[in-house]
Amino acid sequence: MKKIYFSFVFLLLTIVLIACGGNGATESGEEAEEVVTVGDNIEGASELTFWTFAGTHADFFEDAAIRWNEEFPDNPIQFTAETYPFDQMHNNLTLALQSGQGAPDMVDIEIARFPNFLQGEIQLEPLNDLIEPEIDNFITERLDMYSHEGQYYGAPTHLGATVVYYNTAIMEEAGVDIDEIITWDDYVEAGIQVTENTGVPMTTIAENWYGIWPFVRQSGSDFFDDNGDLTLDSAENIEALQFVTDLVIEHEIADVTPGGHYHSEEFFGFMNDGGQASLIAPTFYMNEFMVNMEDLDGNIEMRPLPEWPGSDTRSVAMGGTGTTVTNQAEDVELAKDFLAYAKLTEEGNIALWTQLGFDPPRWDVWDSEEVREDNDFYRYFHDDIFDILLDIRDDVVGVHMSPYTPDVLEEIDSNIMFNVLRQQSQTPEEALQQAAESIRAIMD
Amino acid sequence: MGQEMKSNIYKGPNRLLTFLNSKKVAPYVFIFPFIISFTLLTFYPTIQAFVMSFQRILPGQTEFVGLSNYRRILNPTFYQAFQNTTTYVILTCVILVTVPIFLAAMLNSKFAKFSTFYRASLFIPSLASIIVAGTVFRLLFGETGSSFANQVIGWFGVEPIQWQYTSWSAMFLMVILSSWRWMGVNVMYYLAALQNVPLELYESADIDGANVFQKFFYVTVPHLKPIITFVTTISIINGFRMFEESYVFWETNSPGNIGLSMIGYMYTQGVQRNDMGFGAALGVIIILIIFVISIIQLNLTGAFKRGDE
Repeated sequence: MKKIYFSFVFLLLTIVLIACGGNGATESGEEAEEVVTVGDNIEGASELTFWTFAGTHADFFEDAAIRWNEEFPDNPIQFTAETYPFDQMHNNLTLALQSGQGAPDMVDIEIARFPNFLQGEIQLEPLNDLIEPEIDNFITERLDMYSHEGQYYGAPTHLGATVVYYNTAIMEEAGVDIDEIITWDDYVEAGIQVTENTGVPMTTIAENWYGIWPFVRQSGSDFFDDNGDLTLDSAENIEALQFVTDLVIEHEIADVTPGGHYHSEEFFGFMNDGGQASLIAPTFYMNEFMVNMEDLDGNIEMRPLPEWPGSDTRSVAMGGTGTTVTNQAEDVELAKDFLAYAKLTEEGNIALWTQLGFDPPRWDVWDSEEVREDNDFYRYFHDDIFDILLDIRDDVVGVHMSPYTPDVLEEIDSNIMFNVLRQQSQTPEEALQQAAESIRAIMD
Repeated sequence: MGQEMKSNIYKGPNRLLTFLNSKKVAPYVFIFPFIISFTLLTFYPTIQAFVMSFQRILPGQTEFVGLSNYRRILNPTFYQAFQNTTTYVILTCVILVTVPIFLAAMLNSKFAKFSTFYRASLFIPSLASIIVAGTVFRLLFGETGSSFANQVIGWFGVEPIQWQYTSWSAMFLMVILSSWRWMGVNVMYYLAALQNVPLELYESADIDGANVFQKFFYVTVPHLKPIITFVTTISIINGFRMFEESYVFWETNSPGNIGLSMIGYMYTQGVQRNDMGFGAALGVIIILIIFVISIIQLNLTGAFKRGDE
């Protein structure tokens, strides 16, 4: 008896030691990094809170709130935008929605996390009544990425069409005309020419999903089919990853990205110093060029993806954040109206381009005067960005999302790309099959 | 009359105070605040986690699923996390229990110069934010040939190492970060214990002709034994709880899971993937593992025996 009692006390003691013990990093940073408030001096203004992980998004909504209060003086809002670190914001949101309290009125959810919030009883408000009347003006593939059973839950931030950015200085030195790169075979050939003549790789491959998903999607396949079944290890996907692997191993025209992905400090420095001749990344990456790679000003031109044999797809909508309204919003209608005003209207879509440099998900503004007006992006790149996009408008595809998409992305991040490209310890087929197996185990 | 009034007034509080001051009750009064906070903030959540480990938890749709969460635990990723964490615990224990003894003995010796300066230098890392420290370590051990660590090994003719992408070096990075951080704290524990070693013992050892090492192993170490047991216990528990040491290098996805710890696995599954039931099941398993290992360790070191037997 005494022993049992003693063991119990000891178990409690262990729990205390496990629970306490000074955990600086996990406890700190509960507070938002930055808080912006608009309209706090207006009497009777309705309060709206918004969480995001990107300071630029907070600025974007701040501006929209100022315009809203000017335009609708009868229905003013007191808008508060709180910026948190990426992980923390999504975790807080999970817990707040799970427990039914503490969630903001509006919140940004990143695409890779979005499926987590479409499970169980969905705690987000559908936006169909706002989107459907205007749906013909949208590239609907982007809206579908934030939808579940016909309900749209997220207002997109951009189309995120994947393109190829060419460093024209390197291309000229290598004697390659980028307008003659029509197919991926041409791209490989140009890559060989670039590597031989300049010594820098044609591109580098990210070790996260940016290094595989665009190719998989362009080939017409995806990680899940229309029924939600896992197709990660399908023949098409193996072929797509084989193509990427060949760029590195067989043709030797590509390396693994320094720092592992396109948003690392290591990569910014590498790219800025002319470390690679081209970059396959979505249009929203323009902003990274402007902010982190000043030396490349005027030397970058973008083109659609080269053609994949047997596929019409010229671009893939990648990444992206959907802004949502939670069911804990005090005034759901007001939150939805403001969200629509900020991001779904023509004016809002124009602002997405002029303020953030994102390709608006509404294609009907691509031709508008405001979008075509001269700005920093046109000066850094070239002024026919939207002509290129209009040209391929019907050939842009989105991706299929499933509740298990985050598991696939995790496998890609930690196992597939690492084993195939960096370690070269597995063939694309082996890596994809192994990953598919462990995900099927979760899905059962 | 007046005196009677006075004694009447103070009668009540007196009784309460006497009660609270009695030998039987007083100890409980003192630990009362702790019991409250422990019950609310630690014990209740632990019980709740145990219940949750049998559930599938989604907003508005929580249901009991029996042992299915536990059945899922036995997968290759968990084995990898378990293996990583165990290796990490063994390495950190060996380093963080033994090295500080020598450092403390050296700092305590009367021949040590600038000992206050060294004490402070050893202790300061534990005050640094691990996120900041981790960023510095990540840059020191960058993958390019120009990173600090690769330059240093370059002087000895060693090829640059991709520190954060190789299994052994990943473990090395986590262990070195943790050792750097906690070394000073453990040195402090030992230094405090060293003050209690009676000087007469050293004197008589001198008279018996003992050398420095004999004095260290036969006088100093036996007196440090309780502290060694204590430091070992907290090192084991902290080792199994390891999370930040891995997070600062790779956040939650390390290549090939070379940096995945059990807590890291619990965090990604439970919080990031919103699979709280599975996360809770992992948490229960982790508590059990720590519990069993601590019991074994304390039994072996004789911490449960009474007195000086």
